[in-house]
Amino acid sequence: MSTETTEAPPNRDRPFSWQNLGRTIAGGYIPLLLATLVVFLPLLWMMLSSLKAPGEIVTTNLTLLPKDPNLQNYADAASTVPFARFFLNSVIVTVVGSTIKCILAVFTAYALVFVRFPFKRVIFLLILVALMVPPQVSVLPNYVLIAGMGGLNTYWGIILPGLGTAFGTFLLRQHFLTLPPAIMESAEIDGAGHWRKLWKIVVPVSVPSIATVALVTIVSEWNEYIWPLIVTDHPDMMTLPVGLTQLVNSDGSTQNWGMLMAGAVIVLLPILVIFAALQRYIVSGLTQGSVTG
Amino acid sequence: MGRSNTDGASVAASTAPGGMHDRVRTENRDAQSSRVPVDRPPLAGIKRRRWNRRTRKDTWVFVAFAAPNILLILLFTYRPLITNIYYSTLDWTLGSASATAVGIGNYVEFFSSPDASNVLGVTAIFTVTTVGGAMILGLLVALALNQRLKGRTFARAVVFAPYVLSGVGVGLVWLFIFDPTYGVLSWILRGVGQVSPQWVNDPKLALVMVTIVYVWKNLGYCAVVYLAGLQSIPTQLMEAAALDGASNVRRFLSIVVPLLSPTTFFLLITSLLSSLQAFDIIRIMTPSGNGTSTLIFDSYLQAFGSYNRAGYSAAISVVLFVGLLIMTAVQLRFVERKVHYS
Repeated sequence: MSTETTEAPPNRDRPFSWQNLGRTIAGGYIPLLLATLVVFLPLLWMMLSSLKAPGEIVTTNLTLLPKDPNLQNYADAASTVPFARFFLNSVIVTVVGSTIKCILAVFTAYALVFVRFPFKRVIFLLILVALMVPPQVSVLPNYVLIAGMGGLNTYWGIILPGLGTAFGTFLLRQHFLTLPPAIMESAEIDGAGHWRKLWKIVVPVSVPSIATVALVTIVSEWNEYIWPLIVTDHPDMMTLPVGLTQLVNSDGSTQNWGMLMAGAVIVLLPILVIFAALQRYIVSGLTQGSVTG
Repeated sequence: MGRSNTDGASVAASTAPGGMHDRVRTENRDAQSSRVPVDRPPLAGIKRRRWNRRTRKDTWVFVAFAAPNILLILLFTYRPLITNIYYSTLDWTLGSASATAVGIGNYVEFFSSPDASNVLGVTAIFTVTTVGGAMILGLLVALALNQRLKGRTFARAVVFAPYVLSGVGVGLVWLFIFDPTYGVLSWILRGVGQVSPQWVNDPKLALVMVTIVYVWKNLGYCAVVYLAGLQSIPTQLMEAAALDGASNVRRFLSIVVPLLSPTTFFLLITSLLSSLQAFDIIRIMTPSGNGTSTLIFDSYLQAFGSYNRAGYSAAISVVLFVGLLIMTAVQLRFVERKVHYS
């Protein structure tokens, strides 16, 4: 009996044994650290390089830290292309585009869940299928349409074709379906119409879901590339990702890396900051499909 | 935001003790059911009329709420699919007023030219390697994240971060790293006595380069989705297997892999779709498409590169869309099965 109990432990590791500690480090921390560094180091390198003097970049003797950190690369980028204007354009397109998209998504999702209508299933299917239609294949017909309407190099030409939102509608519909019916019934007894039910009940209790949709929309509007690239050719109307393309030498021989890294920081940093602050919402919004199937 | 939050809380609080409303509802139902047998015909008539009026009002509300979004989706998502098919039958220079109908000429040209095998080959290689790479590495990272370790929430966020970043910005950062003279990679290679290859100018290596960057950007997504799948595996199952003396490898192959299969299939389809649509990284790292002309990029280059061949570009788009359609159909069938399964 006693021999059995003393024999049992060696099968299992004691939690604080050296062996267990070693295994945790080798199997847990090292892969984790490796993955984190693989993501983190290129971004760190970008930041550091953007602060370096040209002589520290165009050299085969790499130094890790800039000797004299300065913003000269940013100034150079801004004097080569209208960088402030690109930034402003990106902000305008992102703010206006995401605001309208979120409002449209809230209205459509509310209608799909709470308003009686005969062909709701068909319409929902229409939206669901639109979710799977890649925006890239519609670029040419939309270009012809928008160009015909005089929308090249205009804000509305950049924003309009992306406004219809299948993703936000789908996500909010799924959330609205989980709201307890008792909330709505009590409002109906009080005689509230759809407008009041939407703004006084549904929207206030759905703030986290709407925030998720808003954040995911902001991120994708900010990063949007192929459409603004096609619809603008005047520097004054370009968004940041499109404007960055202007900085790249098309022959691919000698690039001004300091300037390009400064540009990359400007386009990546705002999203990194938003992501760092609100990553929970963004991750859950972007991986929603995997949970809902 | 703070205000609406508190509003939400107060609404939720006022409705949370739902006992009252529940009672009202049951009383209503009782009253109805007790009255129905007595005077059915008139009440039914009144109820129907009232219901009709409310329905008609609801119809207008529905139209007002949903129509803008639905019209935008029809105009800018569905209409292009049909227009593309029409354009693909034209020999048409973008911007010119006239076009000649060529029937399936564009398709014949695409599939009979060396372009086709090149473009389809590049698309296949890029898609298979990026999907496979992101999923396998994503699973490995998910396994590391699935242990109770300090800082794993932070690591999860860091690994996911590239997925939300601009492909243009990411492409530029990596283009600098891959630079054959001044890049970090060339410096490392020089350190071990090697000469850096010409990543951008060599078509084969250009494809390798964009594949690496694309996997870097997307593996965090796979990792987080796999992590959610791993966390839904019941711990008792793993413990029971461990007690039975199953090794780590055995447990992984016999329990984890089968139970992850719905997640794997979901990721497979979504990754395939997004790889086939990859544009930003390819466009910024290899503007001329030398060795990296996937279907989507070739379609872009034909219409908006130097050729302005709108009809030919539309034909390539249609080929791409048909491919995506087949995969979406597979997904719909599978999602259906998955729902039944769970």
